[in-house]
Amino acid sequence: MEERNISERVSFYHESGGRRGILGWLLSTDHKRIGIQYLAALLTFFSVGVMMGLLIRLNLLSPGKFMGAQTYNEIFTIHGIIMIFLFIIPGLPVAFGNFFLPILIGARDVAFPRLNRLTWWIYLTGASIVALSIFLHGTPPDTGWTFYAPYSIRVKANIALAVLGVFVLGFSSILTGLNFVTTIHRLRAPGMTWLKMPLFAWTLYATGWVQMLATPVLAITLVFIILGRIFGVGFFDPTKGGDPALGIAIVGYFVWGHHMFTSGMSDTSRVIFSFITFLVAIPTGVKIFNWVTTLYKGSIVVDSPMLFALSFLFLFSIGGLTGLIQGALAPNLQLHGTYWIVGHFHYVMFGGGGFAIFAGLHYWFPKMFGKLYNERLAKLGWFILFIGFNTLYFPMFILGYEGMPRRYFDYPARFHTGNEISTIGSWILALGLIIIFGNLIRALLKGDKAPADPWGGRTLEWKVPSPPPKENFEEIPVIGVAE
Amino acid sequence: MKPQAEEKPVIKAGVEEKDYSGAKYGMWFFLLTEILFFGGMFLLYSVYRYRFPGEFHAGASEENLVWGSINTVLLLTSSLFMAAAITAVKKGNNKLSVILQALTVVLGVVFLFIKGSEWGEKIVKGLYPSSPALLKLGKGEILYFGLYYVMTGLHGLHVFVGIVVILFMMYYTVTGKINKDYPVRLENTGLYWHFVDMVWIYLFPLFYLVT
Repeated sequence: MEERNISERVSFYHESGGRRGILGWLLSTDHKRIGIQYLAALLTFFSVGVMMGLLIRLNLLSPGKFMGAQTYNEIFTIHGIIMIFLFIIPGLPVAFGNFFLPILIGARDVAFPRLNRLTWWIYLTGASIVALSIFLHGTPPDTGWTFYAPYSIRVKANIALAVLGVFVLGFSSILTGLNFVTTIHRLRAPGMTWLKMPLFAWTLYATGWVQMLATPVLAITLVFIILGRIFGVGFFDPTKGGDPALGIAIVGYFVWGHHMFTSGMSDTSRVIFSFITFLVAIPTGVKIFNWVTTLYKGSIVVDSPMLFALSFLFLFSIGGLTGLIQGALAPNLQLHGTYWIVGHFHYVMFGGGGFAIFAGLHYWFPKMFGKLYNERLAKLGWFILFIGFNTLYFPMFILGYEGMPRRYFDYPARFHTGNEISTIGSWILALGLIIIFGNLIRALLKGDKAPADPWGGRTLEWKVPSPPPKENFEEIPVIGVAE
Repeated sequence: MKPQAEEKPVIKAGVEEKDYSGAKYGMWFFLLTEILFFGGMFLLYSVYRYRFPGEFHAGASEENLVWGSINTVLLLTSSLFMAAAITAVKKGNNKLSVILQALTVVLGVVFLFIKGSEWGEKIVKGLYPSSPALLKLGKGEILYFGLYYVMTGLHGLHVFVGIVVILFMMYYTVTGKINKDYPVRLENTGLYWHFVDMVWIYLFPLFYLVT
């Protein structure tokens, strides 16, 4: 009886709050509408980032044939800025967090719905400013996404604009974190105690705190870079008494030193930073063991979200283990600033973060859009992506170990084979992505209607219809003892 | 945060429409991020002052202690008015509260005016970031004035934002949207104003009293 009632409620796609067309989205305070908009933006940026990545690999197939060195510098910088600041960092919280956090804890919306809408606008503003820095008159940023001073202070490119964009994005990140943490404190349904809260809500809680604690410090450093470029305030400029390393230090907080073993700091501080770097591995290792032992003796249904999750485990482990190698002092001297670092970074960010986002996307797609995708195509796409990923990034470990420096436009002939394999891998990976997203788009257009719970899930999002109605719950659920 | 002009309850029956504690949580979290934001600057100040103690003292001798002290008194008094304005609303006297908020705004504006003339005085002397006169000085002094402009500048920006927010609050107090049953917007504005005040309490000794 009750089941039938809830399925008769109109989905949030059909409740635009009385506003027409695009305004029904842009002005909406519905956490689900905001989440969907973020998701669309993220995937758009991701596609642009992928294209840039493909161009990087294309150049390295045959340096100089397809683009000049300056263009190359700009492309890898933009690739980094887009992927890091517009995709990976906001990724999980803004898209899935917005859509699912209130549902998972049994609430009708986040604590500050209008702040949430403002945050979305700030995100759009930040992203537009970053885009402006690329297309505006002058040179696009070419410093690498880390904007390290003093180069970023002196070079003639639209750095100030790009950095301003990232600063604005940081604002949006802080406010999202603040909103989520407050939501979790204040809006949990009756009986939803902290320890009954689903793990994803916990993750968002922790991420919210990280966003609040880390982003302001990054923000102030970005302000310094902007002021340095516009007004000539030289906090990180050695000619004005400033110390560039301090800029990296403030951003890096506790473990900045692990980026700087070769920068001439003392042996004592190198040993300390190496040790702290190893400490990072402990919680990571605990998490991986926890995930693996969760699988042990489980009855595992290998659906496409599971495949993405399993390959996430595998790739993230490689990322973690290679991190240990470069975190140790002696090998670091060899590996610093080489392709090894690029390999490690992509295994962690893409193999970790990226695959996790894909896992979430496939798991929650039926709930978010009310449509079922083709499972066999999803698996095929996953398989090709996985093969392409490893073909693309694994050779980088070998290239780096042999001494090929990162960010360089050209390389000696002996590195050619590795680069060739890697570039071919980038094409395989792109094919995988095309199949995956083609499949999802096809599902959007003519997929079967998804039931409320296609997976046999036990968390609250599977108790509401797919897609959920506005404000999620007719009556706020009471979480019982038995379940 | 700038308040939104339009009030439209998004969360319907079943959930508290106005969550007093939630609003307070949000504000305290926001202030925490502000502390970290300013923290980066204070960290830079400490490191550079440790490296160039003598030149920082020399730089600070350029500051006008009288105006600095007057500004400190102004800002502290404005915080007093703000606190009184909140008490007035809680006692149901919106009229008095508006007057007290207006006084807070006036003191804030005077503060900015004095701060601006201090900047102007230095700029006339040729002391501003990357100015030829400044670059002739020692590196410690270049850093000192850089920090002076950035830290008092960002603080001044916060004062300005605070003034704008209080103007909105005055409007809400007049219309009764802020009232004795639900004063949380004004309370949060007060928290922000006190925070800005406290930042100045640290800036004052660091730039004016270190000679």
